[in-house]
Amino acid sequence: MPKDHGIGASPKRREDVRFLTGAGNYTDDINVHGQAYVYFLRSDMAHGKINKIDTSAAADMPGVVRIFTGADFEGVGGLPCGWEITDKNGAAMKEPAHPVLAIGKVRHVGDPVAAIVADSLEQARDAAEAIELDIEELPAVVDMPRALQADSPLVHDDLADNLCYDWQFGTDTETTDKAFAAAAHVTTLELVNNRLVANPMEPRVAVGDYSRANDESTLYTTSQNPHVIRLLMGAFVLGIPEHKLRVVAPDVGGGFGTKIFHYAEEAFCTFASRQINRAVKWTSSRSEAFMSDAHGRDHVTKIELALDADNNFTAVRTNTHANMGAYLSTFSTSVPTWLHGTLMAGNYRTPAVQVNVKAVFTNTVPVDAYRGAGRPEATFQLERVIDQAARELGVDPIALRRQNFISEFPYETPVAVVYDTGDYVATMDKMEELIDIAGFPARRAESEARGMLRGLGVNCFIEACGIAPSNLVGQLGARAGLYDAATVRVNATGSISVMVGAHSHGQGHETVFPQVVAEMLGIDESMIDIVHGDTSKIPFGMGTYGSRSLAVCGSAMVRATEKIINKAKKIAGHLLEASEADIELKDGQFSVAGTDKSVAWGDVTLAAYVPHNYPLEDIEPGLEETAFYDPSNFTYPAGAYACEVEVDPETGKVTIEKFVSADDFGNVINPMIVEGQVHGGIAQGIGQALLENCSYDENGQLLSASYMDYAMPRADDLPHMSQYQVDHSCQTPCTHNPLGVKGCGEAGAIGSPPTVVNAVLDALNSGGHNVAHIDMPVSPARVWAAING
Amino acid sequence: MAEVTMKVNGKAVTKSVKGNTLMTDFLRDELRLTGTHVGCDTSQCGACNIHVNGSLVKACTMFAAEADGAEVSTIEGQSAADGTLNVIQQAFQDHHGLQCGFCTPGMVMAAASLLKENPKPSEAEVRDYLEGNICRCTGYHNIVKAILAASGQDVSAIAAE
Repeated sequence: MPKDHGIGASPKRREDVRFLTGAGNYTDDINVHGQAYVYFLRSDMAHGKINKIDTSAAADMPGVVRIFTGADFEGVGGLPCGWEITDKNGAAMKEPAHPVLAIGKVRHVGDPVAAIVADSLEQARDAAEAIELDIEELPAVVDMPRALQADSPLVHDDLADNLCYDWQFGTDTETTDKAFAAAAHVTTLELVNNRLVANPMEPRVAVGDYSRANDESTLYTTSQNPHVIRLLMGAFVLGIPEHKLRVVAPDVGGGFGTKIFHYAEEAFCTFASRQINRAVKWTSSRSEAFMSDAHGRDHVTKIELALDADNNFTAVRTNTHANMGAYLSTFSTSVPTWLHGTLMAGNYRTPAVQVNVKAVFTNTVPVDAYRGAGRPEATFQLERVIDQAARELGVDPIALRRQNFISEFPYETPVAVVYDTGDYVATMDKMEELIDIAGFPARRAESEARGMLRGLGVNCFIEACGIAPSNLVGQLGARAGLYDAATVRVNATGSISVMVGAHSHGQGHETVFPQVVAEMLGIDESMIDIVHGDTSKIPFGMGTYGSRSLAVCGSAMVRATEKIINKAKKIAGHLLEASEADIELKDGQFSVAGTDKSVAWGDVTLAAYVPHNYPLEDIEPGLEETAFYDPSNFTYPAGAYACEVEVDPETGKVTIEKFVSADDFGNVINPMIVEGQVHGGIAQGIGQALLENCSYDENGQLLSASYMDYAMPRADDLPHMSQYQVDHSCQTPCTHNPLGVKGCGEAGAIGSPPTVVNAVLDALNSGGHNVAHIDMPVSPARVWAAING
Repeated sequence: MAEVTMKVNGKAVTKSVKGNTLMTDFLRDELRLTGTHVGCDTSQCGACNIHVNGSLVKACTMFAAEADGAEVSTIEGQSAADGTLNVIQQAFQDHHGLQCGFCTPGMVMAAASLLKENPKPSEAEVRDYLEGNICRCTGYHNIVKAILAASGQDVSAIAAE
């Protein structure tokens, strides 16, 4: 019988009622009395020298309050990068300035050149048309290898070249070279991890509101981590101390990574509001989002896999070009390095793993973390090259994986991380059962009888989640700690507010977090509310990304609740005239062990706030505790996915006929929400594999800047319900956090792209066809061309 | 400026609007009905779906002046006066058919239209009808399930996952 409350139950989400009735409070629903509106005039060229911006005519237009250009930000800080990478020669990465509004040059289509603040958005837009821009177009560079040539245009004139860093990690070159020289077989693949746009359905919004009364600024913004924005914007850009700056991220309509970063528009609205002493609001249009939200992925990789005569993996070597775009977004530099290189061992005991990454500046929108962030790129390469090796060697791809699985834990990889626990055989077994491997030949024959090609693809993956141990990431160049914090505030009548640093933008924290506290205290979940998303209400927090909310912030909440229980037991002991050590808490009752003496939760909480009969000499009144939790390791969710596709050889169209996932997330607090996270991740992964592509022409013009050009997955692109199963029954609990949880937010997006591509290639190596590789998105045109040579 | 009169969620409304005021701006800014969302500006995503004279309409591509004399229904008018969710809303909650909630009003309005036209749709018909609605969170699985459940069809046989 499934549980109906507490840990392991799936109560209906409490946040749903407001979203289902139109009562959600998203940033664009917030209006401040007397607010002005800003419209950003953005560069329509990829690269150009700003000779002159004449705003004089525009400034006289009706309703215009003030027009800002880069000159207004001279002396103000630029947007900071949060992670410094040291290159393979020991030098710091190149870190060009990233002004709020362009100064001197424009470097990508969408780079903001001027900001027009007016009484209405319409007036601001009209005035923008009256600005006279003299921008001299310069040759742009989009292609990464081209950007590294000596005669390439320079994205930043003050840098010697377009190379941000040349990074090497893992096994040393001599050992790696030796392993390849001794190999019985080497498989090499060159592949592209296509540039994507995260596309949360809510476009970004920022409202800056300055109060002259107390010299305080409030920023309402669509953020996954309001405290991070407060710190970055306050300390590095605008020079506003934290106590004079409040950042509020109310209901946020999806993030997927792209709302982690500190953006120019947030800093602008805060800055401009102080300048004009009036609130300033910006709402992104979708096309603006395509050219100003940080993009994701965009790696070009050569991967080599060495095997011995018994098909044991002996070495992996990768060489990747990672696109940074025109500027360094907040966490951009960590994605192709520490979030990618550390996962290159995958689920396999390969003794030598070497990762080489060149990060490159181009005249494109900055690239940063998108769901999975580095881990999908690592998984895609590794799982594609293993499949290709199996094909070249004529062995079963599942057997080849099983033979090389890591099976003993903890396991230290050649790429710095220590997997605490896992069971890759169990998820593989589960996946084989769910996909019905034995029935595949009959299904293929049935498809072939209809003139279709059918393929089965599998994929195993590992992630590093629960980001992250602060001392470790500090050594690796992070300019922040990655702990989290929670305050449990018990009120006099026993109800509880839990202030958490995690931010919910679809993950259901308001439902899940109370399940944990209710289980620990034995009280009803309805007595507990979660408060998040407002720096003036919560102690501190690094926010939600990297599948970290429960693993890190949830652990802080557990620690704070433990402190509450300890203090409550002291109070109960006093009330019951018993030793604190003899007090037991069960079902919301404190009792003296072995007696029938007890007091209720509410009696204890009331005593804490009305301390008439209370041990005031020993403890303080009140019942509120805060804990900060810094994880001692990453968590390592892992899984095995399988997919069956049908390919129409006449048209190249790929249809997903069956898709199953077997994940190991450790302990699961709310199965319904976990499954929902996997569904969403898989849809994004299938989108990457089959549909989505952010495309530039050679001049740096963005070709996919609306939903008419960028193919988002829709309901009929995804597998039907009877052919789709997500499973999380294989559970090896995390060994180092109190809940034993690993995180589930990114798994689907990491696990699914190679699964789909491997399935397509399996189909394209049947029926007399022989295709070695195909790049994502696997569009009908690409499939047709591959079949027809 | 032109004066428009319409019924919104059963209530008569008369306002002065400019000729180029979009229905989304009218609902959100003039009537403070902020449940109608703008997700794409190009009629692709369906977050702004409303009903006008019983038909499903993308409010981002309609002028408020065009709704003069119309009966308009938005997400705010879907639940009962006492706040009880309607069958579709309840099915979305029961089957976890929403995550961030931003596309949800448009999904609920589209589902209501579908079930009016086709009270017992097949799964394929539901997926086909949602061609004008984008959700980035759920992968649609639980949305489709919720709509089938709201139509009174038994979805318990579908794997709980």
